[in-house]
Amino acid sequence: MEATHVHGAGHAHGGDHAHHPKGIMRWITTTNHKDIGTMYLWFSFTMFLVGGVMALILRAELFQPGLQFVEPEFFNQMITLHGLIMVFGAIMPAFVGFANWMIPLMIGAPDMAFARMNNWSFWLLPPAGILLTASMFVPGGAAGTGWTLYPPLSIQMGIGMDMAIFAIHILGMSSIMGSINIVTTILNLRAPGMTLMRMPMFCWTWLITGYLLIAVMPVLAGAVTMLLTDRHFGTSFFNAAGGGDPVLFQHIFWFFGHPEVYIIALPAFGVVSHVIPAFARKPLFGYTSMVYAIAAIALISFIVWAHHMYVVGMPVAGQLYFMYATILIAVPTGVKVFNWVATMWRGSLTFETPMLFALGFLFLFTIGGFTGLVLSNTAVDVQLQDTYYVVAHFHYVMVAGALFSAFAAVYYWLPKWTGHMYDETLGKWHFWLSFIFFNIAFFPQHFLGLAGMPRRIPDYALQFTDFNQVSTIGAFGFGLSQLLFLYIVLKTIRSGEKAAAKPWEGATGLEWTVPSPAPYHTFEEPPVLTEAKGHA
Amino acid sequence: MNQQASRYFVPDPSHYPLVGSVALFLLASGAALWMNKYAPGPYVVLAGFAVLLFMLFAWFGRVIGESESGKYNKQVDFSFRWAMSWFIFSEVMFFAAFFGALFYVRVLAVPDLASAEQQLLWPDFSTSWPSAGPKFAEQFTPMHAVGIPLINTLLLLSSGATLTWAHWGLLAGKRDQLKLGLILTIALGLLFISLQAYEYVHAYEELNLKLTTGVYGSTFFMLTGFHGLHVTIGATMLLVIFFRVMAGHFKPDHHFAFEAVAWYWHFVDVVWLCLFVVVYWL
Ligand code: HEM
Ligand SMILES: [Cu+2]
Repeated sequence: MEATHVHGAGHAHGGDHAHHPKGIMRWITTTNHKDIGTMYLWFSFTMFLVGGVMALILRAELFQPGLQFVEPEFFNQMITLHGLIMVFGAIMPAFVGFANWMIPLMIGAPDMAFARMNNWSFWLLPPAGILLTASMFVPGGAAGTGWTLYPPLSIQMGIGMDMAIFAIHILGMSSIMGSINIVTTILNLRAPGMTLMRMPMFCWTWLITGYLLIAVMPVLAGAVTMLLTDRHFGTSFFNAAGGGDPVLFQHIFWFFGHPEVYIIALPAFGVVSHVIPAFARKPLFGYTSMVYAIAAIALISFIVWAHHMYVVGMPVAGQLYFMYATILIAVPTGVKVFNWVATMWRGSLTFETPMLFALGFLFLFTIGGFTGLVLSNTAVDVQLQDTYYVVAHFHYVMVAGALFSAFAAVYYWLPKWTGHMYDETLGKWHFWLSFIFFNIAFFPQHFLGLAGMPRRIPDYALQFTDFNQVSTIGAFGFGLSQLLFLYIVLKTIRSGEKAAAKPWEGATGLEWTVPSPAPYHTFEEPPVLTEAKGHA
Repeated sequence: MNQQASRYFVPDPSHYPLVGSVALFLLASGAALWMNKYAPGPYVVLAGFAVLLFMLFAWFGRVIGESESGKYNKQVDFSFRWAMSWFIFSEVMFFAAFFGALFYVRVLAVPDLASAEQQLLWPDFSTSWPSAGPKFAEQFTPMHAVGIPLINTLLLLSSGATLTWAHWGLLAGKRDQLKLGLILTIALGLLFISLQAYEYVHAYEELNLKLTTGVYGSTFFMLTGFHGLHVTIGATMLLVIFFRVMAGHFKPDHHFAFEAVAWYWHFVDVVWLCLFVVVYWL
């Protein structure tokens, strides 16, 4: 990715931008969507490693029953920071990075709509990351509430909790600005002739994700603001003695939290909707139904939040409503899975690394979706709430779903970014190691949860030992495999076979009409769309 | 050097974003220190504010300069319109969280605390709104809708009208009407803020109604307080627009900054109407 600039430097671009700062100032001051996308991706990977080390601390502790390495308080802090860092620091920035790099290329725009604000969206992330990680070292330690920050525990913690709250405020600002930018770019900067229904699917998923983010990040900001005033200014939002209710926090949090899982999932769907057609050498099956399915998922995601709260003492009518509404989401999601499978039907398939990760996504995300359906059933969830079954469920959706899709995206677009092909053999190794170790790590957790092992507890009953040891071995294998990924990416930046403008035979779209690596400035004049359809 | 007018404007590299991030980092860490009673807190917050103000001045100054030198074509203008609409939508959702909390407390939490199930815990507590919860011992008087709040409603509504009148002036090239309309709007806004401040003093000193007055005090002061903050921001933006008008900025066909602030002002107006109905009146 570093190489981009070097290769693009020779490109003549109409003589604008008289001065380009060099070195570190280039990255600090840049208004270039490719630079900013690159920074997002590196930040995301760094945070992925930080959050990953935290996960491995958790898994090391859970290798045996009893307490081995860490104190229970510290264990809880690691759980919280791992969750927050993975969600807000690793997965979300990764997809914003893809959006920055690819959306202008896909729609034929010169840059993002607000290039300067784009830079700010990125540079808000490091302060938030610093606040979160530094909170480990303050008196009282980091927030130990889990990433859901439920009161009353979150009312009682020390300054680390406040740092987490302010980090969330800053992350929210970053997400809102980033989303406004992406949504405006998609709505207003498409090349002439690219109607909304001809737009590449990745842009569609991001348009709707942006909308979700703008709708729910302010709600999360409101929730943590109420926490803050309850903590320090004597308000009673979550305090029954003053007429409030801790459950109120859960409602507000999950009004944000459920759409958040689609914020993570939708761009992943978008990536897969590009990779599968490219390696099946067939256009995406059911483009229109795909668009409606995304919109339907987004709308329904606003009215299902209390499926995370079946055991708080809800009336049965409420439980039934949230159960049926949740099950309803399976319909548009099923449409999407069906469409991906139909895209491959009678295609001429090849299995390069991006395709392997896309297929891994398809298999494992579907498993995660099914366990989600199991959990949506109130009667079952009463047993499974807060057990390892839930941990297994959301790691299938978030790691094997979002993260695998992000890997697919990196391998798919790396030639466009760096001008080099990655090492296919090593890429395949990365996939198979990730796929196998992921399942070793997380599949046994289903059994643990069904047998009743609670989550967020550093100790467990003796009979859970075997599966936990398997899980820990898988987790360390998975973690180590990601170092191979780092090596592959660095190797591709430095060297590797020269990539053609369109390195994938079956790929379609404007991004493949510009040279590889993509020049520093692209589409300064809007391209003319001649094909009947702009999308895959 | 100049972007051609037909091209989409992409700004040169800029260090303002980093300055803004430093400002927010100082504000966040300073506030965390302050709230936990560490001595440097207030100074760090102050420094953060100073840096933020500098950044806002410089960044918006830059944008105004670019706009006035004609770098923003129709397409850029359209981007600004989309962005402002989405920004206001995000603000709507922020207020929705607090309105939702008020709704939840009134419809679910307080009645539940007074229900038969809780008899053992809180035997003397009965449902009524306003309520400060079962453990709140002192007496307080809730805020009435008739009086300052009603006057404030009229003030804000007329400020919306004067702002629209100013806009008509701008469209018709009548600069004096534009200036007068803006002055009236700003004056009404400032009057609103002053009355709101007076109401707060009244609540604290005479009604014994405070932020700490159970959940009624929490929702009352947080909702009206965030609204008041938005009026203050809106009035500040109007003031900037006024100075720009005095400097001869804006043409009948090119004045989105004015419209954006007007949208924002009307949004704040609508929030107030909701507040008036569900916080003060019902
Ligand atoms: C190497 C891969 C990973 C491993 C081994 C791992 C492991 C764990 C463990 C052990 C927990 C604590 C479960 C509990 O006791 O409640 C956890 C929680 C969690 N993980 Fe991961 N994780 C990994 C990757 C990810 C990724 C990529 C995400 C991305 C979004 C993620 C999101 C979460 C969340 C949201 C929680 C819940 C935190 C909480 O309970 O508050 N994890 N993970
Ligand atoms: Cu959910």
